[in-house]
Amino acid sequence: MVEAHDHICWGGGHRHDKAHCLELRGVCAGYGAGQDALSDISFRAQCGQRVALIGPNGAGKSTLLNVLAGLLTPRSGQVLWNGKPLHDTPHEIAFMPQRSEVNWAFPITVRQLVEMGRYPALGNWKAMRQHDRDIVDKSLKTLNLTHLQHRQIGALSGGQQQRAFLARALAQEAHILLLDEPFTGLDMPGVESLGQLLYSLSDEGRLVIASHHDLATVPSLFDRAVLLNTQLIAVGNAGDVLTAEQICRTFGRNYRFRP
Amino acid sequence: MNEFLQFLGEPIAQRSLWACAIIGFSNGFVSALVLLRRSSLQIGTLSCALLPGIALSILLFGLTLMSILLGAVLAGLMVGLGSLFVSRTSRMDHDTALSVLHTTAFAIGYIILIRLGLQQKVDDWLFGNIMSMGDADLWIAYGIGAVAVLGITAFQRPLLITLFDPRAAKAMGCPTRLIHYGVFALIILVLVSSLQAVGAFLTLGLLVAPAATMYLLTDRAQLMFWGGGLIGGLGSVLAFFLSYPLGWHLGATIIVVLGAVFLLAYIFSPKYGLLRRKN
Repeated sequence: MVEAHDHICWGGGHRHDKAHCLELRGVCAGYGAGQDALSDISFRAQCGQRVALIGPNGAGKSTLLNVLAGLLTPRSGQVLWNGKPLHDTPHEIAFMPQRSEVNWAFPITVRQLVEMGRYPALGNWKAMRQHDRDIVDKSLKTLNLTHLQHRQIGALSGGQQQRAFLARALAQEAHILLLDEPFTGLDMPGVESLGQLLYSLSDEGRLVIASHHDLATVPSLFDRAVLLNTQLIAVGNAGDVLTAEQICRTFGRNYRFRP
Repeated sequence: MNEFLQFLGEPIAQRSLWACAIIGFSNGFVSALVLLRRSSLQIGTLSCALLPGIALSILLFGLTLMSILLGAVLAGLMVGLGSLFVSRTSRMDHDTALSVLHTTAFAIGYIILIRLGLQQKVDDWLFGNIMSMGDADLWIAYGIGAVAVLGITAFQRPLLITLFDPRAAKAMGCPTRLIHYGVFALIILVLVSSLQAVGAFLTLGLLVAPAATMYLLTDRAQLMFWGGGLIGGLGSVLAFFLSYPLGWHLGATIIVVLGAVFLLAYIFSPKYGLLRRKN
């Protein structure tokens, strides 16, 4: 089990009033001169939660992740972390790309990938110290990658590749994990083990936010759900919010949902 | 053999030898960037696009090194950014826009050079002529090499993470746009230095083959820079010693040697070679 001193924050698994809190206030965002891809999004999420972003293609899931990751500046509205602008503290955010976006032939080993997580703490020139190496070792061990650490990343299975990127997020000691369609392309055992990993990460007090398209698996993998279709349709507990009516409003009338 | 030793004693030969080593090294060092960006063909078109810029600035400012450098950088920027602009404002993809712009630019450059009465020079621009390098050229080559090594070494961390995972890099707070422009500028700088050595057509080989060879030998991105530099430098020096006795064109010999080294790695690399994989 997770030791108390391993908790990245005391919010995880505990009820407390002053949990680390992510808050979006009236966020509008879009690309170029185009229409808003997101309009007037407001919701709150706390550390220790696993939040699914749900909506049809083009609903703004990726846009919302980009805004949270600081890749896209909102046209209006605010993104606050504990009441302060989130992007004042970029090291708090770890972003995991979609698997199809990664150049898997890049000459880099698993360990070097995880070491990249230390870069924000080290800056451009500071040398890696024992403290940093320990964190890298621990991240590799947590994700069961120690025996694979000298493999080139392309020589891993799909699930191992996901874990390697999660290990980088751990090494970064980031508070907020942003994942773009993490379950896409994984087989059933892969989905289950990644789901368990995300559970233990949130249990340590991290805030996990992932875009997700498979409605059937939402309640088992996430505890909160945000339904999006350019506008915010609903926010709530994953088990309660996915009603037939809300799904209709999110995906359109003809969408059929079989739990 | 005696004749060759005598030739080596002359300042022009020593200058060429140093030029081979330093240009080979800095191109090899930077070639890792080209490979990791996966933009070899774009860089190839860019090197040809430099021709009109150089021709134009000779026309305007006369034949000096600064004018050549300036013209090359301007032409590179215009074709590079111009093709981006065209592809973003029309339904053309970037490769197509780049192809049209760079061939047009190359043709314009050729016409200007002929009109300037620089026919004899055209061969040098297209295929390079290390023997024609003066002391000042050599110093510029040293300077460019130093900028490449220092810049890449000092900013290795943000550079690697931006090349590998630009979105995560930006989320971590890396100035990714600045890094992309810096990489582009560095590539143009070494392009200009190698233009004199191997010319507009062959420079792509010098800027890709060394890192491509290392790519077959290592899984460490850091090693690709130094390894590429060594392969580029040593290969060019070897080519210098081969070209005189064989009577081959030096620039072309450099590319042939680097190509042969690549082929060896392709077949015999312990990890990724052809023979290894079949076992």
